Amino acid sequence: MLELRDVQVVFDGFRALDGVNLTVPEGELRFLIGPNGAGKTTLIDVITGLTKPAGGSVRFGGLDLVGRKEHQIVRLGVGRTFQTSVVFEELTVIENLDLAATFRQPLWSLARRRRGISEAVEQALTRTGLEDLAERSAGVLSHGQRQWLEIGMLLAQRPKLLLLDEPVAGMSKDERERTGELLTEIADDHTVIVVEHDMEFLRRHASTVTVLHEGKVLVEGSIDQVSADPRVQEVYLGRRKAEDAVGNRP
Amino acid sequence: MIKRHLPFATVAVIALVAAPLLLEPFRLGLLAKYLCYAIVALGIGLAWGQGGMLTLGQGVFFGLGGYSMAMYLKLNEAGPGGLPDFMVWSGVEKLPALWAPFASPVFAVGMAVLGPVLLAVLLGTLVFRQRVRGAYFAILTQALAAAMVILLVGQQGLTGGTNGMTNFFELFGQDLADDSTQRGLYLVVASVLGILYLATRQLVHSRYGRLLVAVRDGEDRVRFLGYDPALVKTVTFAASAGMAGLAGALFVPVVGIISPALLGVVPSLELVVAVAVGGRHALAGAVLGAVVMGYAKTAFSEQFADGWLYLQGALFILVMTLAPKGIVGVVGRLRRARTT
Repeated sequence: MLELRDVQVVFDGFRALDGVNLTVPEGELRFLIGPNGAGKTTLIDVITGLTKPAGGSVRFGGLDLVGRKEHQIVRLGVGRTFQTSVVFEELTVIENLDLAATFRQPLWSLARRRRGISEAVEQALTRTGLEDLAERSAGVLSHGQRQWLEIGMLLAQRPKLLLLDEPVAGMSKDERERTGELLTEIADDHTVIVVEHDMEFLRRHASTVTVLHEGKVLVEGSIDQVSADPRVQEVYLGRRKAEDAVGNRP
Repeated sequence: MIKRHLPFATVAVIALVAAPLLLEPFRLGLLAKYLCYAIVALGIGLAWGQGGMLTLGQGVFFGLGGYSMAMYLKLNEAGPGGLPDFMVWSGVEKLPALWAPFASPVFAVGMAVLGPVLLAVLLGTLVFRQRVRGAYFAILTQALAAAMVILLVGQQGLTGGTNGMTNFFELFGQDLADDSTQRGLYLVVASVLGILYLATRQLVHSRYGRLLVAVRDGEDRVRFLGYDPALVKTVTFAASAGMAGLAGALFVPVVGIISPALLGVVPSLELVVAVAVGGRHALAGAVLGAVVMGYAKTAFSEQFADGWLYLQGALFILVMTLAPKGIVGVVGRLRRARTT
């Protein structure tokens, strides 16, 4: 379904991605890990059209994504979230979801008021468990709830491929758990790629893991295979303490 | 339902019934002028307050509308084959080709709206696609207003130069100096404002309005929801330009003049200040701001001719620092304080 071949991204001489090959078949839940600066978010940016690759190809469902605008890629069925969640604070939870759900409607048809709740919005609301907050403005939501709302907005768009960038970063233990459940549920009927730092979360929920390092794919396999790999231990797990001290992505 | 429409209905009755009965013709004419500005302000409220596009050049669109109307009125006065008075004074002997179609009132009024809309679409397509926004967009629109003035002043024979166009006597067969014509014009202006206000309010409360707010608060996020923010902004900007154009077309027969001084950088800024003072996040605030500031300007200038500019500046700073939501925000706060 998603196929990246020899993708190159260069920022001011720095090779953020240096020939990445990645294939994600339909229906898979794929985790993307790697030390800070490994190029995880850049990879997502390339798929979603935010960053233009210097070379290589990105194919999704047989279509070339390189050179398409962000909103066109979304219309092909690729949705994403960001590290820092961006919900529209002045709109209510329902309005946020509704805005996401109506993206395929022609602009003129939006000049009417929303009446009731569409099926897609209803489903997204139930799945994310935000029913009680439906009429509240998104500005009052907690960090965790915002992330769920973002995921809900994605779901309301019924995408084929979801890209989640660190969905549990900054979440409490309970919130992580709920997000994990939500993720497993979503993965049942969607293809999902998750960028995640949190190893415990990975062990609990990951099936297939791709490890990125210095802009290249280092290893790919199940979580046990990956964590047993000496190269991974060296570049990633072995350096975890130092990384935690440095903090998140530069 | 009734309660929601009560404020609008009250204002509509006052504007359409009470004002024409109570105000003397001169004051009614002034009110008509402020209401023309209020139409422009409504467009600014939509583009800036809702869509986050700080447009400092609405005078350009206002001017395009005004000049379209003025060209029709001038040609109508000159009669078939005649030349407008200012052209005769500038030594122009043949009617410029640009002018010819404006002999038709339908074309003139149509262009008063369509001209600004097309210019806004062109500008929006060029600018918003390149993701020019914020202060850069504001400066660009302001430069456009400055350029428009230079263009108009430079083309003396075509536009009347610095003096612009004045001495209009007749509109659709009615004597413009007549009180009843002016009262009729006032009612037209007030009705147009009312209709546009309702339409804009409907738009703001629609899904499109939500989308517009989303574009204002997170343009990049909206892009990743599958919308094209440039298109949303262009459409909104064009709507606000169309309103300004229509306001300009109404302004000319009401006030009796159109000139570069009425549409340059300063008048464009004054309207933005008025919208900020009234409350830019509410459409009613934009309209209220334009009327209040219009009245204040007249009242103040009658007393101290030069003081107004300073007062206006001080008021703007005061509002921005103490009450960023303007008069409407203060009223809302007082009302909430009383109920709790």
